[in-house]
Amino acid sequence: MDAKEIAFEKDRGTREETVNTFVQGIKDCLPTLFGYISIGLAFGIVGAASNLNFIEVTLLSWVVYAGSSQFIICALIAAGTPMLSIVLTTFIVNLRHLLLSLTLAPYFTKYSLWKNIGIGALLTDESFGIASVKAMQEKRLGDRWMNGLNLTAYIGWSLSCMAGSLFGRWIADAEALGLDFALVAMFIALLVLQLQQIPAGKLRGYILLILLTGVLMAVLSQFMAGHTAVLISTVIAASVGTVIIK
Amino acid sequence: MTTTAWMLALVGCCTLVTVIPRVLPFILVRSITLPMIVLRWLSFIPICILTALIVQGLLIEPEDGGMTKVNWPYVGVAVPTLLVALKTKSLSASVIVGVVLLALVRWVM
Repeated sequence: MDAKEIAFEKDRGTREETVNTFVQGIKDCLPTLFGYISIGLAFGIVGAASNLNFIEVTLLSWVVYAGSSQFIICALIAAGTPMLSIVLTTFIVNLRHLLLSLTLAPYFTKYSLWKNIGIGALLTDESFGIASVKAMQEKRLGDRWMNGLNLTAYIGWSLSCMAGSLFGRWIADAEALGLDFALVAMFIALLVLQLQQIPAGKLRGYILLILLTGVLMAVLSQFMAGHTAVLISTVIAASVGTVIIK
Repeated sequence: MTTTAWMLALVGCCTLVTVIPRVLPFILVRSITLPMIVLRWLSFIPICILTALIVQGLLIEPEDGGMTKVNWPYVGVAVPTLLVALKTKSLSASVIVGVVLLALVRWVM
């Protein structure tokens, strides 16, 4: 063990910390599965309603693997949109991943290129949410933990989409069960967990940023698609944060 | 059951435009060291994007033009969900309470 590693181990002892294991990643993914399963089922049902067969739903969920894009692709196919427009729209919807990946990538530079590509390829809003809270609490992220988190989400999502496509017509109305709220509820809890890590002195600045983001979203959503509003609001609010929060 | 060449081409192209934004930063960050100011900017991204995603979830996008509306049942359930999240700091508890409350709201309405 060299000096750097000893310092790291020493530092580690002072913080509450979970281990970098695949199993811990799976455990940390479990709360997100509510969201994945309910929305995955809904996607399978919407896919069937848009005349996509089981193979096509399966392809989209295992290969494209991006919730909101998949719904938009379905809607555009059903509307008879040309391929180029569908691909362009998908690109715009997914641009926010640039921000998510850029935020997490610095934690993984010590791992191999292929590991990084694997971690990036399976990154979602939800796994980003969990990982960013972990990164804030522990100041580091592990490869095995991240893979456990990502793969659990990936398999949970894709199997749910397939189940929705196959059994959609027999599944009781997911809306009546309130399951469609799972994702919003989780994002709210993730936001609270993020704020918990902010030092008391800076909390006011962060609350201000949250309010600013909310106002930006409310205004921008009137002029543009929701996913574009998310991207622009986040970029503006983070820039304001860089200036006002020292 | 089968699929068309058009569909395969579409899935291929959509995969490409999905994977690039996800993977590119992981490749670039290895060869360049991000300046301090960019790292500071990135540190605000999680809180801002989570807020933006929550607000997006609380709004209803119109199918064809028209005004974006507020999803009032969601907003009504979001408040107690926030309180539970603040109190318990638990993802699972917040999700379960949120889902159950929304089911109750729908059942009453």
